[in-house]
Amino acid sequence: MNTSVRMIIVLTVIAVLAGGILSTWDGITRPKIAQHRLEELKAAIAEVLPAYDYYDQVEAGETTFYIGRRNNVEAPVGIAFKAEGSGFQGKITMMVGLKPDFETLTGIKVLEQIETPGLGNKISVDPSNKENPYWFAEQFRGVQTAPEITVVKNRKPTKNTEIEAISGATISSRAVVRILNETIRKAKQLYLINRNRDGNRNG
Amino acid sequence: MAKKNVSLSAEFLKGIWNENPILRSLLGLCPTLAVTNSAINGLAMGLATIFVLVSSSILISLFRKRIPHQVRIASYVVVIATFVTLADRYMAAYYPVISKALGPYVPLIVVNCIILGRQEAFSSKNGVGRSILDALGMGTGFIMVLLVLGSVREILGSASLFNFTILGDWFHPWMIMILPPGAFLTLGLLIGLANWYNEKRGIV
Repeated sequence: MNTSVRMIIVLTVIAVLAGGILSTWDGITRPKIAQHRLEELKAAIAEVLPAYDYYDQVEAGETTFYIGRRNNVEAPVGIAFKAEGSGFQGKITMMVGLKPDFETLTGIKVLEQIETPGLGNKISVDPSNKENPYWFAEQFRGVQTAPEITVVKNRKPTKNTEIEAISGATISSRAVVRILNETIRKAKQLYLINRNRDGNRNG
Repeated sequence: MAKKNVSLSAEFLKGIWNENPILRSLLGLCPTLAVTNSAINGLAMGLATIFVLVSSSILISLFRKRIPHQVRIASYVVVIATFVTLADRYMAAYYPVISKALGPYVPLIVVNCIILGRQEAFSSKNGVGRSILDALGMGTGFIMVLLVLGSVREILGSASLFNFTILGDWFHPWMIMILPPGAFLTLGLLIGLANWYNEKRGIV
Protein backbone atom coordinates (compact mmCIF):
# COMPACT_ATOMS: atom_id res chain seq x y z
CA MET A 1 0.00 0.00 0.00
CA ASN A 2 1.06 3.55 -0.71
CA THR A 3 2.77 5.09 2.37
CA SER A 4 0.71 8.31 2.34
CA VAL A 5 -2.53 6.34 2.25
CA ARG A 6 -1.32 4.17 5.11
CA MET A 7 -0.37 7.23 7.12
CA ILE A 8 -3.82 8.72 6.63
CA ILE A 9 -5.59 5.48 7.53
CA VAL A 10 -3.52 4.82 10.66
CA LEU A 11 -3.88 8.37 11.98
CA THR A 12 -7.60 8.44 11.22
CA VAL A 13 -8.20 5.14 12.98
CA ILE A 14 -6.21 6.26 16.03
CA ALA A 15 -8.01 9.60 16.20
CA VAL A 16 -11.48 8.08 15.80
CA LEU A 17 -10.80 5.46 18.48
CA ALA A 18 -9.39 8.08 20.84
CA GLY A 19 -12.40 10.33 20.26
CA GLY A 20 -14.84 7.49 20.88
CA ILE A 21 -13.15 6.37 24.08
CA LEU A 22 -12.92 9.92 25.41
CA SER A 23 -16.53 10.81 24.73
CA THR A 24 -17.71 7.61 26.44
CA TRP A 25 -15.50 8.34 29.43
CA ASP A 26 -16.72 11.92 29.54
CA GLY A 27 -20.29 10.65 29.68
CA ILE A 28 -19.42 8.52 32.71
CA THR A 29 -17.41 11.10 34.66
CA ARG A 30 -19.23 14.34 33.79
CA PRO A 31 -22.19 13.89 36.18
CA LYS A 32 -19.79 13.02 39.02
CA ILE A 33 -17.63 16.06 38.39
CA ALA A 34 -20.70 18.33 38.11
CA GLN A 35 -21.98 16.90 41.38
CA HIS A 36 -18.69 17.73 43.15
CA ARG A 37 -18.86 21.29 41.82
CA LEU A 38 -22.44 21.70 43.03
CA GLU A 39 -21.59 20.31 46.47
CA GLU A 40 -18.63 22.67 46.72
CA LEU A 41 -20.83 25.59 45.72
CA LYS A 42 -23.54 24.68 48.23
CA ALA A 43 -21.00 24.23 51.03
CA ALA A 44 -19.45 27.61 50.21
CA ILE A 45 -22.83 29.38 50.22
CA ALA A 46 -23.80 27.74 53.50
CA GLU A 47 -20.52 28.87 55.01
CA VAL A 48 -20.76 32.55 54.10
CA LEU A 49 -24.47 33.19 54.70
CA PRO A 50 -26.37 33.23 58.00
CA ALA A 51 -28.59 30.19 58.57
CA TYR A 52 -31.21 29.89 55.83
CA ASP A 53 -33.82 27.35 54.77
CA TYR A 54 -33.33 27.59 51.04
CA TYR A 55 -31.63 29.83 48.51
CA ASP A 56 -32.74 31.36 45.23
CA GLN A 57 -30.39 31.68 42.33
CA VAL A 58 -30.67 34.94 40.38
CA GLU A 59 -28.59 35.65 37.31
CA ALA A 60 -27.67 39.27 36.67
CA GLY A 61 -25.30 39.83 33.79
CA GLU A 62 -22.26 37.66 34.45
CA THR A 63 -22.87 37.49 38.19
CA THR A 64 -25.03 34.91 39.89
CA PHE A 65 -26.57 35.91 43.21
CA TYR A 66 -27.44 33.23 45.73
CA ILE A 67 -30.16 34.70 47.94
CA GLY A 68 -30.63 32.91 51.25
CA ARG A 69 -34.20 32.94 52.58
CA ARG A 70 -36.15 31.56 55.52
CA ASN A 71 -39.46 29.84 55.05
CA ASN A 72 -42.41 32.25 55.19
CA VAL A 73 -40.21 35.33 55.56
CA GLU A 74 -40.17 37.78 52.69
CA ALA A 75 -36.90 39.56 53.42
CA PRO A 76 -33.81 37.53 52.54
CA VAL A 77 -31.31 36.72 55.30
CA GLY A 78 -28.31 37.30 53.10
CA ILE A 79 -26.93 37.45 49.59
CA ALA A 80 -23.90 35.58 48.32
CA PHE A 81 -21.99 35.88 45.07
CA LYS A 82 -18.67 34.80 43.60
CA ALA A 83 -15.98 37.47 43.59
CA GLU A 84 -12.93 37.22 41.41
CA GLY A 85 -9.78 39.25 40.99
CA SER A 86 -6.03 39.06 40.72
CA GLY A 87 -3.90 38.25 43.73
CA PHE A 88 -0.12 38.20 44.11
CA GLN A 89 0.45 35.39 41.61
CA GLY A 90 -2.84 34.63 39.94
CA LYS A 91 -6.58 34.71 40.20
CA ILE A 92 -8.30 34.59 43.59
CA THR A 93 -11.92 33.39 43.60
CA MET A 94 -14.05 33.82 46.69
CA MET A 95 -17.60 33.27 47.79
CA VAL A 96 -18.77 36.44 49.50
CA GLY A 97 -21.78 36.62 51.82
CA LEU A 98 -23.46 39.90 52.79
CA LYS A 99 -26.53 41.12 54.58
CA PRO A 100 -29.18 42.20 52.04
CA ASP A 101 -28.16 45.86 52.34
CA PHE A 102 -24.62 44.95 51.14
CA GLU A 103 -23.18 46.87 54.12
CA THR A 104 -22.21 44.04 56.44
CA LEU A 105 -20.18 40.96 55.50
CA THR A 106 -21.59 37.71 56.83
CA GLY A 107 -18.61 35.66 55.69
CA ILE A 108 -16.11 34.97 52.93
CA LYS A 109 -14.58 31.74 51.69
CA VAL A 110 -11.62 31.47 49.34
CA LEU A 111 -12.50 28.97 46.62
CA GLU A 112 -9.45 29.15 44.39
CA GLN A 113 -6.05 30.76 44.78
CA ILE A 114 -2.46 30.12 43.75
CA GLU A 115 -0.75 32.45 46.24
CA THR A 116 2.69 31.56 47.60
CA PRO A 117 2.55 28.35 49.68
CA GLY A 118 3.34 29.05 53.30
CA LEU A 119 2.71 32.80 52.97
CA GLY A 120 -0.07 34.13 50.75
CA ASN A 121 -1.99 30.86 50.67
CA LYS A 122 -2.85 31.44 54.32
CA ILE A 123 -5.78 33.48 52.97
CA SER A 124 -7.50 30.13 52.50
CA VAL A 125 -6.00 28.07 55.34
CA ASP A 126 -3.19 28.81 57.80
CA PRO A 127 -1.79 25.58 59.27
CA SER A 128 0.63 27.55 61.49
CA ASN A 129 -2.34 28.81 63.52
CA LYS A 130 -3.34 25.57 65.22
CA GLU A 131 -6.31 27.01 67.12
CA ASN A 132 -7.98 28.52 64.10
CA PRO A 133 -6.44 27.84 60.69
CA TYR A 134 -9.25 29.81 59.05
CA TRP A 135 -8.73 32.99 61.09
CA PHE A 136 -8.05 35.17 58.06
CA ALA A 137 -11.36 34.53 56.30
CA GLU A 138 -13.29 34.42 59.57
CA GLN A 139 -12.28 37.91 60.68
CA PHE A 140 -14.34 39.31 57.79
CA ARG A 141 -17.56 38.18 59.46
CA GLY A 142 -19.42 41.31 60.62
CA VAL A 143 -17.01 43.73 58.91
CA GLN A 144 -18.66 46.87 57.48
CA THR A 145 -18.15 47.41 53.77
CA ALA A 146 -18.82 51.18 53.72
CA PRO A 147 -17.00 53.39 53.01
CA GLU A 148 -14.45 50.62 52.38
CA ILE A 149 -12.68 47.73 54.06
CA THR A 150 -9.10 48.50 55.06
CA VAL A 151 -6.08 46.41 56.05
CA VAL A 152 -4.04 46.98 59.18
CA LYS A 153 -0.59 45.49 59.79
CA ASN A 154 0.88 44.01 62.97
CA ARG A 155 -1.96 45.07 65.24
CA LYS A 156 -5.49 44.02 66.02
CA PRO A 157 -8.24 45.83 64.07
CA THR A 158 -9.87 48.63 66.04
CA LYS A 159 -12.56 49.85 63.63
CA ASN A 160 -15.37 47.71 62.28
CA THR A 161 -14.11 48.25 58.71
CA GLU A 162 -10.62 46.90 59.46
CA ILE A 163 -9.07 43.47 59.10
CA GLU A 164 -5.59 42.29 60.06
CA ALA A 165 -3.10 41.37 57.34
CA ILE A 166 -1.27 38.04 57.32
CA SER A 167 2.29 38.75 58.38
CA GLY A 168 4.60 38.17 55.45
CA ALA A 169 1.73 38.25 52.97
CA THR A 170 0.56 41.85 52.92
CA ILE A 171 0.09 41.82 49.15
CA SER A 172 -2.20 38.79 49.23
CA SER A 173 -4.14 40.24 52.19
CA ARG A 174 -4.55 43.57 50.42
CA ALA A 175 -5.56 41.78 47.21
CA VAL A 176 -8.41 40.01 49.01
CA VAL A 177 -9.63 43.31 50.44
CA ARG A 178 -9.27 45.11 47.11
CA ILE A 179 -11.27 42.40 45.33
CA LEU A 180 -13.96 42.61 48.01
CA ASN A 181 -14.22 46.42 47.85
CA GLU A 182 -14.43 46.43 44.07
CA THR A 183 -16.79 43.53 43.58
CA ILE A 184 -19.14 44.39 46.44
CA ARG A 185 -19.65 47.91 45.06
CA LYS A 186 -20.40 46.55 41.58
CA ALA A 187 -22.54 43.70 42.88
CA LYS A 188 -24.62 46.08 44.96
CA GLN A 189 -25.45 48.25 41.94
CA LEU A 190 -26.13 45.23 39.79
CA TYR A 191 -28.37 43.67 42.41
CA LEU A 192 -30.37 46.83 43.04
CA ILE A 193 -30.88 47.56 39.32
CA ASN A 194 -31.95 44.00 38.78
CA ARG A 195 -34.35 44.00 41.70
CA ASN A 196 -35.95 47.29 40.67
CA ARG A 197 -36.39 46.05 37.12
CA ASP A 198 -38.01 42.84 38.32
CA GLY A 199 -40.13 44.78 40.76
CA ASN A 200 -41.42 47.04 37.98
CA ARG A 201 -42.16 44.10 35.77
CA ASN A 202 -44.12 42.37 38.48
CA GLY A 203 -45.97 45.52 39.50
CA MET B 1 19.88 -2.42 16.21
CA ALA B 2 21.77 -5.33 17.65
CA LYS B 3 19.58 -7.43 19.92
CA LYS B 4 21.17 -7.87 23.29
CA ASN B 5 20.18 -10.70 25.53
CA VAL B 6 18.71 -8.82 28.42
CA SER B 7 16.96 -10.82 31.09
CA LEU B 8 13.37 -9.91 31.91
CA SER B 9 14.23 -8.90 35.46
CA ALA B 10 16.98 -6.62 34.18
CA GLU B 11 14.43 -5.02 31.84
CA PHE B 12 12.36 -4.11 34.89
CA LEU B 13 15.19 -3.25 37.27
CA LYS B 14 17.10 -0.87 35.00
CA GLY B 15 14.46 1.85 35.43
CA ILE B 16 14.70 1.73 39.18
CA TRP B 17 18.36 2.63 39.54
CA ASN B 18 20.84 2.28 36.67
CA GLU B 19 18.65 4.10 34.14
CA ASN B 20 16.37 5.89 36.62
CA PRO B 21 14.48 8.47 34.54
CA ILE B 22 14.96 11.29 37.05
CA LEU B 23 18.27 10.53 38.78
CA ARG B 24 20.17 9.24 35.73
CA SER B 25 18.46 10.67 32.64
CA LEU B 26 17.06 13.88 34.23
CA LEU B 27 13.75 13.43 32.41
CA GLY B 28 10.32 14.52 33.63
CA LEU B 29 11.79 17.21 35.85
CA CYS B 30 8.84 19.59 35.48
CA PRO B 31 6.30 17.48 37.43
CA THR B 32 9.11 16.25 39.68
CA LEU B 33 9.87 19.77 40.84
CA ALA B 34 6.35 21.15 40.74
CA VAL B 35 4.14 18.68 42.61
CA THR B 36 6.44 17.23 45.25
CA ASN B 37 5.59 19.75 47.98
CA SER B 38 3.88 16.90 49.85
CA ALA B 39 4.19 13.13 49.85
CA ILE B 40 0.56 12.53 48.84
CA ASN B 41 0.86 14.80 45.80
CA GLY B 42 4.03 13.00 44.73
CA LEU B 43 2.33 9.63 45.12
CA ALA B 44 -0.79 10.64 43.14
CA MET B 45 1.30 12.17 40.38
CA GLY B 46 3.48 9.05 40.24
CA LEU B 47 0.49 6.71 40.04
CA ALA B 48 -1.14 8.73 37.26
CA THR B 49 2.13 8.73 35.34
CA ILE B 50 2.62 4.96 35.75
CA PHE B 51 -0.92 4.36 34.48
CA VAL B 52 -0.30 6.46 31.37
CA LEU B 53 3.17 5.01 30.82
CA VAL B 54 2.13 1.36 31.08
CA SER B 55 -1.06 1.74 29.03
CA SER B 56 0.69 3.67 26.27
CA SER B 57 3.56 1.17 26.18
CA ILE B 58 1.13 -1.75 25.80
CA LEU B 59 -0.76 -0.15 22.92
CA ILE B 60 2.29 1.13 21.12
CA SER B 61 4.27 -2.09 21.37
CA LEU B 62 1.18 -3.98 20.11
CA PHE B 63 0.78 -1.77 17.06
CA ARG B 64 4.45 -0.89 16.52
CA LYS B 65 4.58 -2.66 13.16
CA ARG B 66 1.40 -1.02 11.86
CA ILE B 67 2.29 2.59 12.62
CA PRO B 68 4.19 4.14 9.71
CA HIS B 69 7.53 5.57 10.74
CA GLN B 70 6.71 9.09 9.50
CA VAL B 71 3.66 9.55 11.72
CA ARG B 72 4.88 7.65 14.77
CA ILE B 73 5.32 10.70 17.04
CA ALA B 74 1.86 12.01 16.15
CA SER B 75 0.38 8.59 16.89
CA TYR B 76 2.22 8.30 20.20
CA VAL B 77 1.05 11.74 21.29
CA VAL B 78 -2.61 10.99 20.51
CA VAL B 79 -2.42 7.68 22.40
CA ILE B 80 -0.66 9.29 25.37
CA ALA B 81 -3.05 12.27 25.43
CA THR B 82 -6.04 9.92 25.46
CA PHE B 83 -4.76 8.02 28.49
CA VAL B 84 -3.82 11.26 30.26
CA THR B 85 -7.33 12.63 29.76
CA LEU B 86 -8.85 9.38 31.04
CA ALA B 87 -6.68 9.61 34.17
CA ASP B 88 -7.39 13.32 34.66
CA ARG B 89 -11.17 12.92 34.42
CA TYR B 90 -11.05 9.85 36.66
CA MET B 91 -9.25 11.78 39.37
CA ALA B 92 -11.56 14.78 39.01
CA ALA B 93 -14.60 12.49 39.35
CA TYR B 94 -13.45 10.25 42.20
CA TYR B 95 -10.62 12.09 43.99
CA PRO B 96 -11.60 15.77 43.65
CA VAL B 97 -9.32 16.98 46.46
CA ILE B 98 -6.16 15.47 45.02
CA SER B 99 -7.22 16.49 41.53
CA LYS B 100 -7.47 20.09 42.73
CA ALA B 101 -4.08 19.94 44.44
CA LEU B 102 -2.34 18.63 41.32
CA GLY B 103 -4.07 21.21 39.15
CA PRO B 104 -2.70 21.49 35.62
CA TYR B 105 0.09 18.97 36.19
CA VAL B 106 -2.06 15.95 35.40
CA PRO B 107 -3.00 17.16 31.89
CA LEU B 108 0.69 18.07 31.49
CA ILE B 109 1.67 14.38 31.77
CA VAL B 110 1.08 14.47 28.00
CA VAL B 111 4.36 16.28 27.54
CA ASN B 112 6.29 14.29 30.15
CA CYS B 113 9.46 13.27 28.30
CA ILE B 114 9.68 9.97 30.17
CA ILE B 115 6.53 8.70 28.48
CA LEU B 116 7.27 9.81 24.93
CA GLY B 117 10.90 8.82 25.46
CA ARG B 118 10.06 5.23 26.45
CA GLN B 119 7.72 4.83 23.46
CA GLU B 120 10.38 6.05 21.06
CA ALA B 121 13.30 4.26 22.69
CA PHE B 122 11.68 1.03 23.79
CA SER B 123 8.04 0.14 23.04
CA SER B 124 8.37 0.89 19.33
CA LYS B 125 11.16 -1.73 19.12
CA ASN B 126 10.14 -4.40 21.62
CA GLY B 127 7.31 -6.82 22.31
CA VAL B 128 4.43 -6.25 24.71
CA GLY B 129 5.87 -8.23 27.63
CA ARG B 130 9.20 -6.44 27.70
CA SER B 131 7.50 -3.09 27.11
CA ILE B 132 5.27 -3.58 30.14
CA LEU B 133 8.27 -4.52 32.28
CA ASP B 134 10.21 -1.53 30.98
CA ALA B 135 7.27 0.83 31.65
CA LEU B 136 6.69 -0.58 35.13
CA GLY B 137 10.39 -0.26 35.98
CA MET B 138 10.65 3.29 34.72
CA GLY B 139 7.38 4.18 36.45
CA THR B 140 8.58 2.66 39.72
CA GLY B 141 11.85 4.57 39.47
CA PHE B 142 9.89 7.77 38.84
CA ILE B 143 7.42 7.30 41.70
CA MET B 144 10.22 6.38 44.13
CA VAL B 145 12.03 9.63 43.52
CA LEU B 146 8.75 11.59 43.72
CA LEU B 147 7.92 9.94 47.03
CA VAL B 148 11.36 10.61 48.50
CA LEU B 149 11.29 14.24 47.34
CA GLY B 150 7.71 14.74 48.52
CA SER B 151 8.41 13.17 51.91
CA VAL B 152 11.61 15.14 52.56
CA ARG B 153 9.98 18.41 51.52
CA GLU B 154 6.81 17.77 53.51
CA ILE B 155 8.69 16.74 56.66
CA LEU B 156 11.02 19.74 56.58
CA GLY B 157 8.55 22.23 55.13
CA SER B 158 5.33 21.31 56.91
CA ALA B 159 6.56 19.07 59.78
CA SER B 160 4.20 16.35 58.60
CA LEU B 161 4.11 13.25 56.40
CA PHE B 162 1.02 12.25 54.41
CA ASN B 163 -0.75 15.08 56.30
CA PHE B 164 0.01 13.54 59.72
CA THR B 165 2.01 15.85 61.94
CA ILE B 166 5.16 13.95 62.86
CA LEU B 167 7.44 16.64 64.20
CA GLY B 168 6.43 18.41 67.39
CA ASP B 169 6.09 22.10 68.13
CA TRP B 170 9.83 22.38 68.80
CA PHE B 171 10.41 22.14 65.06
CA HIS B 172 9.94 25.31 63.10
CA PRO B 173 9.05 24.29 59.51
CA TRP B 174 11.44 25.47 56.81
CA MET B 175 9.01 27.27 54.58
CA ILE B 176 11.50 27.28 51.70
CA MET B 177 11.17 23.50 51.36
CA ILE B 178 7.59 23.67 50.07
CA LEU B 179 8.42 26.61 47.79
CA PRO B 180 10.06 26.08 44.36
CA PRO B 181 13.65 26.59 45.63
CA GLY B 182 13.11 23.70 48.06
CA ALA B 183 12.35 21.45 45.10
CA PHE B 184 15.58 22.39 43.33
CA LEU B 185 17.69 22.06 46.49
CA THR B 186 16.28 18.65 47.42
CA LEU B 187 16.47 17.25 43.89
CA GLY B 188 20.02 18.58 43.44
CA LEU B 189 21.18 16.97 46.67
CA LEU B 190 19.40 13.72 45.80
CA ILE B 191 21.03 13.52 42.37
CA GLY B 192 24.39 14.38 43.94
CA LEU B 193 23.92 11.62 46.48
CA ALA B 194 23.00 9.11 43.75
CA ASN B 195 26.05 10.09 41.69
CA TRP B 196 28.34 9.83 44.69
CA TYR B 197 26.99 6.37 45.50
CA ASN B 198 27.29 5.20 41.89
CA GLU B 199 30.84 6.46 41.67
CA LYS B 200 31.77 4.58 44.82
CA ARG B 201 30.23 1.41 43.36
CA GLY B 202 32.07 2.02 40.12
CA ILE B 203 29.03 2.63 37.88
CA VAL B 204 29.23 5.83 35.89
